[in-house]
Amino acid sequence: MNRSATKSEVGRATDRLVRLAYARLVAWLASEWHDVAAAEDALGDALRAALEAWPRTGIPERPEAWLLVAARRRLLDAVRARRVRAAAMGELESLAEPAAPAPPPVPDRRLALLFVCTHPVIDEGVRTPLMLQTVLGLDAARIASCFLVAPATMGQRLVRAKARLRDAGTRFVVPEPDAFPARAVAVREAIYAAYGTGWDALGTTDPVCRGLTDEAIWLARVLVETLPDDAEAKGLLSLMLFCESRRQARRSQEGRFVPLAEQDPALWERTMVTEAEALLTAAVGVGDAGRFQLEAAIQSAVVDGARTGRPPRQAILALHTALVAVAPTIGNALARIAALADVAGAEAGLAALTALPEATVATYQPYWAVRAHLLRLSGDEADAQAAYERAAALTDDPAVRAFLLGRTSH
Amino acid sequence: MQYMMMFFEPATTFAERDDPSRAPDYWGAWKAYIDSLVSSGAMVSGNGLEPPSTATTVRLANGERLVQDGPAAATKEQLGGYVVLDVADLDAALTWAARCPAAASGAVEVRPVMPSPSA
Repeated sequence: MNRSATKSEVGRATDRLVRLAYARLVAWLASEWHDVAAAEDALGDALRAALEAWPRTGIPERPEAWLLVAARRRLLDAVRARRVRAAAMGELESLAEPAAPAPPPVPDRRLALLFVCTHPVIDEGVRTPLMLQTVLGLDAARIASCFLVAPATMGQRLVRAKARLRDAGTRFVVPEPDAFPARAVAVREAIYAAYGTGWDALGTTDPVCRGLTDEAIWLARVLVETLPDDAEAKGLLSLMLFCESRRQARRSQEGRFVPLAEQDPALWERTMVTEAEALLTAAVGVGDAGRFQLEAAIQSAVVDGARTGRPPRQAILALHTALVAVAPTIGNALARIAALADVAGAEAGLAALTALPEATVATYQPYWAVRAHLLRLSGDEADAQAAYERAAALTDDPAVRAFLLGRTSH
Repeated sequence: MQYMMMFFEPATTFAERDDPSRAPDYWGAWKAYIDSLVSSGAMVSGNGLEPPSTATTVRLANGERLVQDGPAAATKEQLGGYVVLDVADLDAALTWAARCPAAASGAVEVRPVMPSPSA
């Protein structure tokens, strides 16, 4: 027990705890209580109580257990006030009894919580925000900025999502084997969406949005740790580490955007690349290769190509073709066309572009960037300029905009 | 739903309009942005505005008429233009707002347009 804890020490200790324990405590409380919102409120109150009490009493030896007991007491108070769920009272009273021996270490229910946040009753667009708020404790207003949604709207969506979970009586468990594969897809997609949002925020100075890439990697690590047999989880973590390894290389020292083809591979984080390669190797051969393993494999080939100066273009195209078969999204189709143009020439790429649905590509920024590049290679300078302008207009990253507009003035 | 995007820019950005070394980038970014709004079909109407120094503000207070040179509010960022766009919802309007050059240099305010009483 540390009796001389200063306010800032307590603040720092609490911050650390919030980062490390928040998800585990919310997960445990929510699974006991079947109500994410109530669990979050109770834990929030407990944290506030800790900030008041700990400077006087010192930081307890087992702060997590302290918080858990305090949060349970809040939940119990709420029950008393509302006089509902009477059946649970007895059990909760004994759990919240202050004189009771310290509870056992909080079991790790983070995985169950990840599955709950990505439950089919939750709208796809809200799953990632819900996960960020519930598992990582990010506040709704920051999440709103990252996802380019009005804070009031995001607040409502999160409240509604939690109410749905409660009303649907969602069980806070990892799904049974028959439901597991489909549900695990949703968990991985939600984590990857968090990564993508952070990746897109590189042009901003917002530390929370930029930090989403780290948060997503952390979540994927939880997934890999708790699901050692899930090859796609390894693929997901591998893919994100490959991307993350290039963070420094994506901007010049002056903050200018540097496209992949012009990046200096020496700036790529070697330790991340090594870990990504190891994860990919561990994943391959365990069941069918899903989208994340394929995407990680593409990254691996790109890294290899940069190292040797001879990118394996045919192999990369084959991987892209496999990826489109597994996950036929507009982004994957476009990436395949870019790979096709590397092998078969710009004209072949441009011809393939015409097959993409017009309504979808009208405001799809990467389409215009790829199109502009291929038009320039094919010598159609006027159309290339127009396409570069269109690509520039559709990005919200000022560095990317400046880069693309720079390509128009030749 | 119709929304109005109001583009607020700081004085340094207004100055780029007439700076020979920076004007091409300034206007190039705006032209590209407006062109893409038009070709997406989201654009209803819009205009750029001359700088705030050209503004004249009129007030009638307690029967007294007050005409002043300059904009109504002396803020760091001033209205430089507006666009009315027709999109599915606020999320879509915010996506367009974030792409606007003014979002990086100043601010873009997005507000729903009131439906006309006859509608």
